Amino acid sequence: MESEPIILALCCHYCAYAAADMAGSMRLQYPSSVRVLRFPCTGKIEVNYVLSAFERGIDGIMVAGCLEGGCHYLEGNLRARRRIERAQQFLDEIGLGAGRLEMFNLSSAEGPRFAEIATEMHERIVKLGPSPLRRERAAVMAGVEKIAQESLAALAGETK
Amino acid sequence: MIVADRKKIPEIRDMIRSHKRVLLVGCGTCVTVCLAGGEREVGILGSALRMSLKLAGCTVAVDEYTIERQCEDAFIDALAPRVKEYDAIVSLGCGAGVQTLAERFPTTPVYPGLNTQFIGILESQGVWTEKCLGCGHCRLGEFAGVCPITRCAKRLLNGPCGGSREGKCEIHADTECAWQRIYDRAKALGILAKFDAIAQPHDWSTGIDGGPRKVIREDQCIAGMGPKA
Repeated sequence: MESEPIILALCCHYCAYAAADMAGSMRLQYPSSVRVLRFPCTGKIEVNYVLSAFERGIDGIMVAGCLEGGCHYLEGNLRARRRIERAQQFLDEIGLGAGRLEMFNLSSAEGPRFAEIATEMHERIVKLGPSPLRRERAAVMAGVEKIAQESLAALAGETK
Repeated sequence: MIVADRKKIPEIRDMIRSHKRVLLVGCGTCVTVCLAGGEREVGILGSALRMSLKLAGCTVAVDEYTIERQCEDAFIDALAPRVKEYDAIVSLGCGAGVQTLAERFPTTPVYPGLNTQFIGILESQGVWTEKCLGCGHCRLGEFAGVCPITRCAKRLLNGPCGGSREGKCEIHADTECAWQRIYDRAKALGILAKFDAIAQPHDWSTGIDGGPRKVIREDQCIAGMGPKA
């Protein structure tokens, strides 16, 4: 349990989050290492948000947004992709490696695809090993809860 | 505005790795607008440096603080009480900001977090281009509002060179030929005849080649603090 990776799935409310929901409804299995967080749009995700998660000891992050051209806010997912590429540059310079962060695109109807990318990310992180910044599980999970609260606050701000 | 871009994380890490407590100081003016050194970028660099230092086995505490303007002493007052808690500063201001902090805090090392590039404009979202060299003797009035001293790679003052091709400069396919811009604009303004006269050589002594410069407004100087008072 202690050695199981801790992976965040930063999911867009309009696609990946619904796809994760569908994966559950379909009783599809995906690794329990993936903690799903809901965002109003992947365009809400800033570079400092991603880096502060890694600083708290997260092993990997998958960002899942709408299919290109299908963003509810027109181009939030395209902006997210460029920001994630920038965050990957930082991860390389820091020494953590860009591979711990990946962006995926899928639609809300792709429950099986969600289970597939969650599994793919889990396997990738298992191969890379735990983050060299990883702390004991309880401490990282406390950080994850804080991140979850921040993402909820972001969502509340969006729907006010 | 002054345009800058970030230094790579390993370069900054290696500058500060021997210190114990380091304060990253952002600047809320030009470098915030060019997305290089404002509060958000300070947050990103803070996270990145803390992780990088930890991975390099260094125990350095890195905190963040952003002030409105680094290049004016009065704005540094808000920062001053915190500085004694740190043994080094990384400035995310331009070169002027770094040096203003260094003068204000003579016993604290101040390192640059940015590479200051030029005086320029936001050309399009995410793209900044150089427009002014700060040569100290503005001749834009002679050249239809387009500066050949900054924007012509050869700084030619009397027309384009042979490297001008379809409005582009030979140094790069994306670089406009300044003289094509001058010609087009002068034609539109109906002042092409002005260019029959030979432009005089530029007086470079007013630029940085004449040594570091100073602008003095005697009427604004305060008694006892101004250069002649």
